[in-house]
Amino acid sequence: MASIDGALLDFKRLDRLANGDTAIHRLDPRAKVLATLVFIVTVVSFGKYEVTALVPFFLFPVVMIALGNLPVPYILKKIALLCPFALVVGMFNPIFDREVLVQVGSLGITGGWLSFVSIVMRSILTVGAAIVLVGVTGFPGVCLALERVGMPRVFAVQLLFLYRYIFVLTDEGSRMERARKLRAFGRKMQPGIFGSLVGHLLLRTWQRAERIHMAMLARGFTGEFHTRTDTRFGGRELLFLSSWSTFFIILRFLNLSQVMGSLVTGIFS
Amino acid sequence: MSHHIVEVRNLRHVYPDGTVALRDISFRITHGESVAIIGANGAGKSTLLLHLNGFLSPTAGEIRIGDYPLTKATLPEIRRTVGMVFQDPDDQLFMPTVYDDVAFGPLNLGLPGMEVEQRVKDALEKVGAGHLRDKPPYNLSGGEKKRVAIATVLSMSPDILVMDEPTDGLDPHARRQLMALLKDFSHTKIFTSHDLDMVLDLCSRVIILHEGEVKADGPALEIFRNEELLAGCRLEKPLSMQGCPVCGGKG
Repeated sequence: MASIDGALLDFKRLDRLANGDTAIHRLDPRAKVLATLVFIVTVVSFGKYEVTALVPFFLFPVVMIALGNLPVPYILKKIALLCPFALVVGMFNPIFDREVLVQVGSLGITGGWLSFVSIVMRSILTVGAAIVLVGVTGFPGVCLALERVGMPRVFAVQLLFLYRYIFVLTDEGSRMERARKLRAFGRKMQPGIFGSLVGHLLLRTWQRAERIHMAMLARGFTGEFHTRTDTRFGGRELLFLSSWSTFFIILRFLNLSQVMGSLVTGIFS
Repeated sequence: MSHHIVEVRNLRHVYPDGTVALRDISFRITHGESVAIIGANGAGKSTLLLHLNGFLSPTAGEIRIGDYPLTKATLPEIRRTVGMVFQDPDDQLFMPTVYDDVAFGPLNLGLPGMEVEQRVKDALEKVGAGHLRDKPPYNLSGGEKKRVAIATVLSMSPDILVMDEPTDGLDPHARRQLMALLKDFSHTKIFTSHDLDMVLDLCSRVIILHEGEVKADGPALEIFRNEELLAGCRLEKPLSMQGCPVCGGKG
């Protein structure tokens, strides 16, 4: 449980980064959320053997990290934390897909290896973009932006509550686990005990939900969720969103790496 | 102002599982009074508090807040009049930042933006938490959480403050701070607590609940001097009224 605790603490740090005050932080969250969405959709839409065309996309997270003044090692560590999932997903591609697609000198690169690299690059890009987005916007900001661009309010509120109480819940969970460990004398957790722990946690969550609901009712909650909206979607937001989106779409149809490559070889030949 | 009156008449509450939590409770708390409801664990304190804001409805009996009986129709007005501060501030602070949390009530009341801004500012200043306004609640200490939780209620300008175990889980300094703060409020105040020294300090009147009934209702000092009564209700004198354990002198 200690590791989950640690990861969460780190997540709070990501949230604190969102309190920064750079030009990127000050943009209306909607612009950033939409630009990131366009980015993710474009990156995901490439064919499964595509590798070179993905390279220029790294520009987006890099520029955002630089302008948003985010700590690079920290962001890299966060991305690395999620990479094993991508590795597992792509692991078997080189084994099953042995057709040679690219010949570099005497070395034949199979489709499997290409798609494996492509999967890993895509996950780094999309996960990185999402982490950077939270780092420059903050999770509540992202939720509110999603709601303001049309996500049903219920989901936005659910996400906000999830975010608020995940800390309280893991706290409770790790306290229970600690209490078990102290009396377990090194014995591993048995399935029955695990079930009971999780069941208790569910019941406690339920009771807490009731108390929170009471606290909300006590302050006149009627189903309408009022939130501050102090930023507006102005010229700078429009510029930010449209220029990044155009850039992504151009990159989607024009392989910039290849163009650069042929330019360079063209000059030298 | 009759707004500040809380009247409970022959209140009885039976939980769905058949547990009789309150047998027959009657009392009347008038404007500006500061009253503590004390009693052993399971005496019915929390059940009683949950009635004052209409979260539980009586099995029998009646509750009047100000000029209104507590009914479904008067509930919104009564919930504004009675500000309830829960025992665990984590239950009360559910918005992304302190500001949003304190603004939650006023926004639900439909107040205009400027007024909301002013109320949030005033409420936070009153509890000495103005500097916390942009912080997320999970970054606050226990004492700060408690004070912000009080601000979330103050921003609705209630007439009556109801607090469940206000000093629970606070360190001695934060406890003193909170007591000084509460002493300053001119609201009608109703507390439940096991912190009898705080009760002695803040409340002029004490109601003892025992097994769902009012066992005693009177001036705090008078009740705390009656050792027989206290022992019968699984209570004891506040520490400050007990003899000094070191020098043996009488308190």
